[in-house]
Amino acid sequence: MFHTGPPVVSVHPSRAMVDEAFKVQVENLPPGSPVTLHSLHQSEDKDYWEAFGHYVSDHRGTVSVADDLSCGGTYTGKEAMGLLWSMRPVPGSREGLRLRKLNVCIPQLVNISVYSGHVGVGFREQDPLASVLTERWYMAPGVRRIDIKEKGVRGTLFIPHGPGPFPGLLDMWGGGGGLLEYRAALLASHGYASMALEYFNPAEVNTAELELNYFETAFNIVRDHPQVMSDRVGLFGLSLGSIVSISLAAWSSVVKPRCCVCISGNHTHARGGTIGDVFNEFITNVHKVRMDENNYEIWRGMGLPIPDDISQKVDVGKINCPILLVNGDDDQNWPTVESAEDMAQMMRAAGNEHLLTRLEYPDAGHLIEPPYSPHFRATKFLKDGQKGYTASI
Amino acid sequence: MDMKQHCVKLSVQPSRGLVDEKFTVLVQNLLPGFQLTIHALHQCEDGHSWEAFAHYTANATSIVNVSQDPSLGGTYSGVEPMGLLWSLRPVPGSKTGLRLRKMNVQTPMGVTISVYQGHQKEGFLDQVLLASVVVERWYMAPGVRRVPITEGRLTATLFLPSGPGPFPGLLDLWGWGGKLVEYRAALLASHGIASMALDYLTPKETGRMVDNDYFETAYRVLEQHPQILGSRIAMLGLSFGAGVTLRMAVYSKGLKLSCAVCINGSHVQPIDGPLEQIMTYFNKNVEKTRFDEDNQLICRDLMLPIPTDPSLKVDVGRLQCPLLLVVGEDDQNWPTYESAMDMREMMERAGNSHLLTVLSYKNAGHLIQPPFTPFTRASTFKSVTIPPFTMMALWGGELVAHSRAQEDAWRKTLVFLRENLYGDMKPGALFSNL
Repeated sequence: MFHTGPPVVSVHPSRAMVDEAFKVQVENLPPGSPVTLHSLHQSEDKDYWEAFGHYVSDHRGTVSVADDLSCGGTYTGKEAMGLLWSMRPVPGSREGLRLRKLNVCIPQLVNISVYSGHVGVGFREQDPLASVLTERWYMAPGVRRIDIKEKGVRGTLFIPHGPGPFPGLLDMWGGGGGLLEYRAALLASHGYASMALEYFNPAEVNTAELELNYFETAFNIVRDHPQVMSDRVGLFGLSLGSIVSISLAAWSSVVKPRCCVCISGNHTHARGGTIGDVFNEFITNVHKVRMDENNYEIWRGMGLPIPDDISQKVDVGKINCPILLVNGDDDQNWPTVESAEDMAQMMRAAGNEHLLTRLEYPDAGHLIEPPYSPHFRATKFLKDGQKGYTASI
Repeated sequence: MDMKQHCVKLSVQPSRGLVDEKFTVLVQNLLPGFQLTIHALHQCEDGHSWEAFAHYTANATSIVNVSQDPSLGGTYSGVEPMGLLWSLRPVPGSKTGLRLRKMNVQTPMGVTISVYQGHQKEGFLDQVLLASVVVERWYMAPGVRRVPITEGRLTATLFLPSGPGPFPGLLDLWGWGGKLVEYRAALLASHGIASMALDYLTPKETGRMVDNDYFETAYRVLEQHPQILGSRIAMLGLSFGAGVTLRMAVYSKGLKLSCAVCINGSHVQPIDGPLEQIMTYFNKNVEKTRFDEDNQLICRDLMLPIPTDPSLKVDVGRLQCPLLLVVGEDDQNWPTYESAMDMREMMERAGNSHLLTVLSYKNAGHLIQPPFTPFTRASTFKSVTIPPFTMMALWGGELVAHSRAQEDAWRKTLVFLRENLYGDMKPGALFSNL
């Protein structure tokens, strides 16, 4: 049958949470046509990100990204969400970019287009056959966002819709600093009252004067909130945030987390001192930093070898709540897997290894983020006010 | 047995959907045998509250899935994935004669879905609330653009689908209530058809009714639009709008339609003279209207019996494009079924019945709307006649049958439009259930 109408591209659902899968389909193409599916997103920083896959339509003139194989592009094979996670800055962009949403109250807009033929470059100069806009949300309807500024603690609390009370989470990010709300918003969309915590300004990690009691105060703000179940508050951290979580779980006499999720963290620092002290301790071995072939800094050497001296490490044998460690085997920023292995040994010796769960992913790097986020092999990491690059594979 | 509040987990997927998309309502972490009520609450634009509810009992799997498990009672029963929407009705104590229509389509309809302990029937605000989520239902897909039309003397809004186009076009007409009702056009644009909601009844200047040239102007705006395919324009009308659609499809030299959809309308109207004459014709027969035992006005007899005089019916035998008729057999407002039968006969005699598809639904009423729109058997209606009159119009239909008809008719209407606007140009009847 000869179709004279224009092709149609559709995305279902057209509005989804960022951790929900979608189905991208093209219909009304001539049978057996080579086409390119393309995604385009303009970030809040005004950079453009794109991904694309090469397909051939079937006898009905249809392409279904969830079912068909991409034979080229920024991803290959059967990848329903490839148009999102394989996004990268368009050619000509500034280097070291990282895609992170700061305003979580409005969705991320992604344009999905279909082009004739197998195209690799110059998408802006051509007209697509069809195109459709899709929305990706960090906040479910009804989730409330509350600015927190009390007892010296700064953060944003996200509360799910409903009567409550809800289990709570303290959400902490890494050494880049600032206030990142998107994971807490997403966790609240899954039913956890979550507070994203700010604990130092961007690029000021080495002078951050906060000590553990800042985090204890923050934890208690969540715990004491009328809509939070005070005996069900956990810790969620990435990188430096994980280090804080592990420290609190082991050493704090004030807070009793119900559980901890630690992504790309480690336990190799001594007790006491400020965040700045901890960070500076990490980088005392700066001579161990290597550069890769692109001149990106590889820091993982600074963390090795894992010390044998227990006074140089968090006493994880004292942890008495379930703890989940999530690491990437190819973490070039810090030897997180080696650290996890050492933690397991310490906990085995102390008799609390049954509390530990380890998830390790081959070829995954340091920045393990919510699903379908674009992957960054290396991004800018500000230190000492200068622009250095850190390889985080 | 009592349930700790924190255990019950309620989720609705997707949390943001188009109004014609289905959702899955799941309640988890229940104890086997636990009795619960799932409740939906919506506050519409004019401030009235609408609710629906259903009783469930958790089975051994400790989960209630509304798409798979039967409701044991409430505003719907049995397995009804979308019952929480189509069985919405005004909360007790509301005014009578209400109808749920969204006028601002740029914001979503917010529905709060909640789980209460036990099998509750009323007084929900005082019950033990176990969990609650908010769901958004949108008439506009992301990227759909809303463009008020100011050309000519038109009162219209154009909705352009997401993307560069070009797109097929559609003129969308409502009935005798007038006003610019945008939601169906917005939804059609969300399905890839550039649709113009056209108000043709609310008198702007002189109070005189518009005539053929008004629709021809609207058609031309579509035809000449840079993002619309001038050769692929359809017309869709409900109620009086259906009659106008038939009139334009057959007699207008200025309109060349790819196809037409008529929902619960009739071809009965004086064809000589201006559109205004139709009002006169109906006014002449007004004594044929009657009231039922609840004092609700039944208008269907106005046009019965179907006249044999050819000057009183659109000559559908001359139709040259595919026509889809959607018929609610229990329509109490218009004689839709009888008109459809007469149209079929005329087309069979003329030899063009291959263009005709009739979708006829037993126990469905007059207001066949996009799927999951709450059913209204009767509501307050203010006509645009001069002088205007307000009455309680009986639309007809039965809740479940009507809701099924809405879902089925919409799906088939989209298929019909897609085939005729996106597909090849060969005309043909798709399917008929008569």
